[in-house]
Amino acid sequence: MTVSETTMNQPVKTVPMLSVRGLQKIYKVPGGEVEAVRDLTFDLAEGELVCLVGPSGSGKTTLLKCISGLMEQTSGTVELNGSKVTGPPKSMAVVFQEYGRSLFPWMTVRANVELPLKNQKVPKAERAALVDAALKSVGLDHVPKSYPWQLSGGMQQRVAIARAVAYRPQVLLMDEPFAAVDAQTRADLEDLIRTIWKQLGVTILFVTHDIDESVYLGERVIVLSSSPTVVQEDLKIDLPEERDQLNTRALPRFMELRSHVYAEIQRAKLGPVTEQITAQRRASLK
Amino acid sequence: MSPLKRIAYFVGLPIVLIVLWYALSFGSTNFFVPKPIELAQTLWTTWIGDRFFEDVLPSLGRLAVGLFFAIGLGIVLGLLIGSTRWLRNLLEPLLEFFRAIPPPVLVPLLMLLIGVNDSMKVAVIISGAIWPVLLNTVEGVRAVDSVLNDSCRSYGIAGFARIRYFVLPAVTPQIMAGVRQSLSIGLILMVISEMFASSSGLGFTIVQFQRNFAIPEMWSGIVVLGLIGLGLAIIFQFVERRVLHWYHGLKEITHDS
Repeated sequence: MTVSETTMNQPVKTVPMLSVRGLQKIYKVPGGEVEAVRDLTFDLAEGELVCLVGPSGSGKTTLLKCISGLMEQTSGTVELNGSKVTGPPKSMAVVFQEYGRSLFPWMTVRANVELPLKNQKVPKAERAALVDAALKSVGLDHVPKSYPWQLSGGMQQRVAIARAVAYRPQVLLMDEPFAAVDAQTRADLEDLIRTIWKQLGVTILFVTHDIDESVYLGERVIVLSSSPTVVQEDLKIDLPEERDQLNTRALPRFMELRSHVYAEIQRAKLGPVTEQITAQRRASLK
Repeated sequence: MSPLKRIAYFVGLPIVLIVLWYALSFGSTNFFVPKPIELAQTLWTTWIGDRFFEDVLPSLGRLAVGLFFAIGLGIVLGLLIGSTRWLRNLLEPLLEFFRAIPPPVLVPLLMLLIGVNDSMKVAVIISGAIWPVLLNTVEGVRAVDSVLNDSCRSYGIAGFARIRYFVLPAVTPQIMAGVRQSLSIGLILMVISEMFASSSGLGFTIVQFQRNFAIPEMWSGIVVLGLIGLGLAIIFQFVERRVLHWYHGLKEITHDS
């Protein structure tokens, strides 16, 4: 098996859960324009866990904001389950990197998780059950009455994940959610995401700048070029379904994949690629 | 801190000052200098009784009504102006203009417009006490956290729910800072509003004493004002600790780390 087996040209079977077509974002700044994202096209099938990885400053956050409807793209389309995204869609949840600023400090952990459901007018009994289940699934059923700021960073991010889980989205977007937590906590949270993904069958788009994380977590890794961003490579991760921090990371295949993504990122830093170079690169890898 | 220690801190300095005052004024024959014991007696005889119901309570009532409307209107208008960009841009210069006008100069005007009655006095209090709350609220709404705002948007929390669960709690620290200022401004304006064309109230009575050279009585009125201010501060602290307990907890933790 070689790394070059990518899913780039595989036909999509049904309507994809999330479809990004020719996405472009140009920021107007004083004295001109900055093209953050040039041309992005990719699909996520229902129930997929895909990692987006790119060098820092590659417009990852911009892309995620456009997909989540928080920001309007300059051109191109984003479709969720066949319908165009024009504002934040109801069946999508976002977990942000800044956990300290995405939870309401005046609400208890429980109230934080409950709020989106309350806002959706979910009946009280059902709401309580969903919140309980979500807190349990992230391992926080013992602190519902605490305030977020009384918890460690990793636990705060768990609250944010629980809030997203309780909301039962079809698509879960995660914007470098573990970038600000320590390495051990990060490993636990990575496993948590895999577990939740399997339990819920939710479609997850996970943005990260951490190469190992993207390979460990994803079923697919989309490598972005540096800004102005295009898709540099769409790589299938053919690691076993059951992943484990010790064994999976020690697999020769894991090493191969991470080296490959690493090389791609290094190349991405040089700038947007042309098809020709990509082809050359592929040939040399074989 | 143990409760006993807290009480000791609370009354310690006042007791020292009173003793000092007693020592310094001992044997003084100056007509204008009050003495502690004499003042305490005057305080009792002057303000406990009819005058409490005829002057102090009505003044306190007007202060309460004025502050209630100043704070309420300040918050509601502040939320409205703060969350609407065009309104904010439109009104900002005007608000700064009106804020700069010292409310006492409005008293004659309000007397003409409203007449000499309780409403006029309440209006004077509102006209001055509303600004800190209003402008702080506007500023606070403008500065709400962008990530929290995105969180709200992505979960579809909008309209009234957004105000109730996000904007209002987020702005409460600024609102409370404004309220603290409004309380003292309100007290000042309560007195001033009673100094013109009035026949009752704390302000009126104190001026009356002053004009009649009832110096100990005048001093005792000033002490009553100070006590009212102290009472307001205690109530404020009590409310603030309840409303902003999360804020103080959060601040303590971020300062520790």
